[in-house]
Amino acid sequence: MTIADLSKEKLNYLLEMAREFEKNPNRELLKGRVVATLFFEPSTRTRLSFETAANRLGARVIGFADPKITSGTKGETLKDTIMMVSNYVDVIVMRHYLEGAARYASEVAPVPIINAGDGANQHPSQTMLDLYTIYQTQGTLENLNIYLVGDLKYGRTVHSLLMAMRHYNPTFHFIAPKELEMPEEYKIYCKENNIKYVEHTDFNSEVIADADILYMTRVQKERFTDLMEYERVKDVYILKNDMLEGTRDNLKILHPLPRVNEIAYDIDDNPKAYYFQQAKNGLFARQALICDCLGITLDDVKNDTTIIK
Amino acid sequence: MKKELQVAALENGTVIDHIPTEKLFDVVNLLGLQSMKTPVTIGYNLPSTIMGCKGIIKVADKFFTDEEISRLSVIAENMKLVLIRNYEIVEKKDVVTPDQLKGIVKCANPKCICNNEPMPTLFNVVDKVKGVIKCHYCEKEQALKDVKLL
Repeated sequence: MTIADLSKEKLNYLLEMAREFEKNPNRELLKGRVVATLFFEPSTRTRLSFETAANRLGARVIGFADPKITSGTKGETLKDTIMMVSNYVDVIVMRHYLEGAARYASEVAPVPIINAGDGANQHPSQTMLDLYTIYQTQGTLENLNIYLVGDLKYGRTVHSLLMAMRHYNPTFHFIAPKELEMPEEYKIYCKENNIKYVEHTDFNSEVIADADILYMTRVQKERFTDLMEYERVKDVYILKNDMLEGTRDNLKILHPLPRVNEIAYDIDDNPKAYYFQQAKNGLFARQALICDCLGITLDDVKNDTTIIK
Repeated sequence: MKKELQVAALENGTVIDHIPTEKLFDVVNLLGLQSMKTPVTIGYNLPSTIMGCKGIIKVADKFFTDEEISRLSVIAENMKLVLIRNYEIVEKKDVVTPDQLKGIVKCANPKCICNNEPMPTLFNVVDKVKGVIKCHYCEKEQALKDVKLL
């Protein structure tokens, strides 16, 4: 599934469900159910988050973390693997290095599939936790100034976030080096959906003065065709503590993680830093996604009698 | 000068005209004409006042479905189909781009699941005028003129 395609009502519904899980993450709502986590491409962070989400709801988890141990390496098709695992579990969480793998799996599998990332294509649970974090820190998703910084060309998370935010009248600021600027297709998307945006190549305290959300991403060396250009810009898109003086009180700094050096380490102690809490929200967002796939409604979650205090 | 038909007339069947010469055999493959049991006449490199050079195919006793005809849109626009019954033209059909292309063209993205798994490809046509299609799986948009047939 693609978060960007969901209606505003459905997004708000899932966010509200995530909020219930934030209040009470430990339950036995999924007692007796089995969740599979199939990681055809290793991603420890995402896998731990999904497995924790399932475990804290009382489900049991099976799966693999490393494709080297699966029969895919013996030449088994994805369909065969999915059909086999479907016999054992109630829902499959899968990550795959090929684009469209989750969609194809969902078409052949008799059980629901949750996409935990398919190559460069989609990573819906990341988008969901980003939205939830913005909502949680700002109290609303409406009319916000959202600044996207770093690699806006290849950054899948920023593209999905941009599309999912279209319902909420945001103003985006794209801050990136010329080689990694927001692709034309997303600027066209903004125009078609009446999303306001401003582009910058400079990154300093004046540019970010009106930001509600500063969404940092990593500028990776391997993305550059011109290495001289990389050397020139590599230190430009680094957020330093003194740049936060004069920014709004409600500003929060987000990052999909892992970070390397694009956020100076002394910012970790600044109350505006929010990337670790953001990662924690992944737990609640994924609890909501798992439950929604299994047909558990917001009312079920609100009236849940299995909460462990 | 006496004008002659370049290819013998059909009693019943379909004439596909205005085929770009270099695409002629793509049309043959796409419609599976090599496995037809009825007579098929294939004209190649014929002079054309409009196109300079064209291909033409006549298939006896065969009337293609709209689905089969719409497949031709991935090869070229402006092809004309003429349906003949009892030596008379009974209908002319244009090749119309369909809303979906299933199992006809190949996705250009090597990292798409449909290039790595034994499965049919599926594309949604997003812009019929500009000829833009989008892979149902990897979601990459591609120009119809650049895609390869399966």
